[in-house]
Amino acid sequence: MTGVDELRGVFVAVAEDGWLSTALARVAADPAAINHLFPAVGRHCGRAPLAALPTWSTDDAARALLLLALPPGDGLPDRVELLYRYGDAAEKRAVLRALPLLVLGAAAVPLLQDAIRTNDPRLLAAALGPYAAHLDDATWRQAVLKCVFMGLPLSCVADLYQRADAELATMLAGLVAEREAAGRAVAEDVHALLHHLTAATEG
Amino acid sequence: MRIFDPHIHMSSRTTDDYERMAAAGVRALVEPAFWLGQPRTNVGSFTDYFDSLVGWEPYRASQFGIRHHCTIALNPKEANDPRCRPVLDVLPRYLAKDGVVAVGEIGYDSMTPDEDAAFSAQLALAVANDLPALVHTPHRDKVRGTQRSLAVVKESGIDPGRVVIDHLNEVTVGLVKDSGCWMGFSIYPDTKMSPPRMVAILREYGPERILVNSAADWGKSDPLLTHATGAAMREAGFSDDDIDRVLWRNPVEFYGQSGRLDLSDMEDLAGTYAGNSILRGGD
Repeated sequence: MTGVDELRGVFVAVAEDGWLSTALARVAADPAAINHLFPAVGRHCGRAPLAALPTWSTDDAARALLLLALPPGDGLPDRVELLYRYGDAAEKRAVLRALPLLVLGAAAVPLLQDAIRTNDPRLLAAALGPYAAHLDDATWRQAVLKCVFMGLPLSCVADLYQRADAELATMLAGLVAEREAAGRAVAEDVHALLHHLTAATEG
Repeated sequence: MRIFDPHIHMSSRTTDDYERMAAAGVRALVEPAFWLGQPRTNVGSFTDYFDSLVGWEPYRASQFGIRHHCTIALNPKEANDPRCRPVLDVLPRYLAKDGVVAVGEIGYDSMTPDEDAAFSAQLALAVANDLPALVHTPHRDKVRGTQRSLAVVKESGIDPGRVVIDHLNEVTVGLVKDSGCWMGFSIYPDTKMSPPRMVAILREYGPERILVNSAADWGKSDPLLTHATGAAMREAGFSDDDIDRVLWRNPVEFYGQSGRLDLSDMEDLAGTYAGNSILRGGD
């Protein structure tokens, strides 16, 4: 998992125009300022993947740093929830990706549930990062199955091999059987996971 | 022919439409927030709709290689319902979004005092958020509605070059031309404007500050009528450059004033017409 320091370190080079450093200072001094700064991040910082940390886009990383600039405490979960609630797809994705970096406990689980209900692959993938450890097993399995159903690469699922269990194997096998009966292809990473789970059971 | 439809309600359309539009040359569009056939009764109904315009719908469009932007507003008809008016308070949240390139559709439906108040308040929001404005003209009492809209625009202090007055026809086009605002035309199968009539208007008034849209929605309408208008222009002897100006460069220039039009990384655009790359926008 990407650490806060790593993210901050990588970003120093990207934020050279100064917009982000000013924004971070403003949010630290006045948390409500994040409401109008958060949506403007892509226009000011760009949206390309970070060269030094290609799993993060520039706007996701900048938004994560803005969230980290908020004062921790009782008001934090509500503020994060509202930014997600009123966020466009890019803002929602950034909130989801930042959740494991924030001190929130399990308070943001409803945001993951919302993202998993959508049919937007960007949000579903972002919901299955490390913060998904707070999801109950039944919800998590359904979300993983939905990734397979929608054709997302399973690399978006954090701790997949550690958490996948016999119940998930049964569900995956059912989906694979349906797809094969219909003459449709199943991605290689699904076969690999299923093979791993089946071998574990048999072993 | 590359086409930018500056006014189309894609939430009401199917994926078949997206496919046909892409095949006809539509590469970008703007979806204005408006009313649905069924009146809304609360603010949550609006915010879910706005969320779709900045979330799900751009994703749907992207699957067909079409760049989706939107405009956000409380429309004039629903501005008359006191249960809907508080939506004005949440508009600033949405006007800050990347994909929002104007405030709209605002303007008049029945020209009531409530519509006056919502219209002025939202023109002020356009100025405050540095965004252009899209003004719907009423289908009934249209000439006086257009005159009154122009008066409200003038009073607001917004630069007329940042305002489009939409759904014009032979009777209202001259009023708007003289005002300095952009002139919008919605090409419909039977009603508002047709391709041959549009060609006649272009002959008389020229291509400057003119936007041609399909305004396709949940009623009888056709998302390919922008393309049909381009074909009618060609048949009438307009040059490819004139067609490209009306169907692509004009909307890029108008909505580009928001500073938020994102047509980067799009294939088939730069160089499709000699000398006019999309980076140059409306030059």
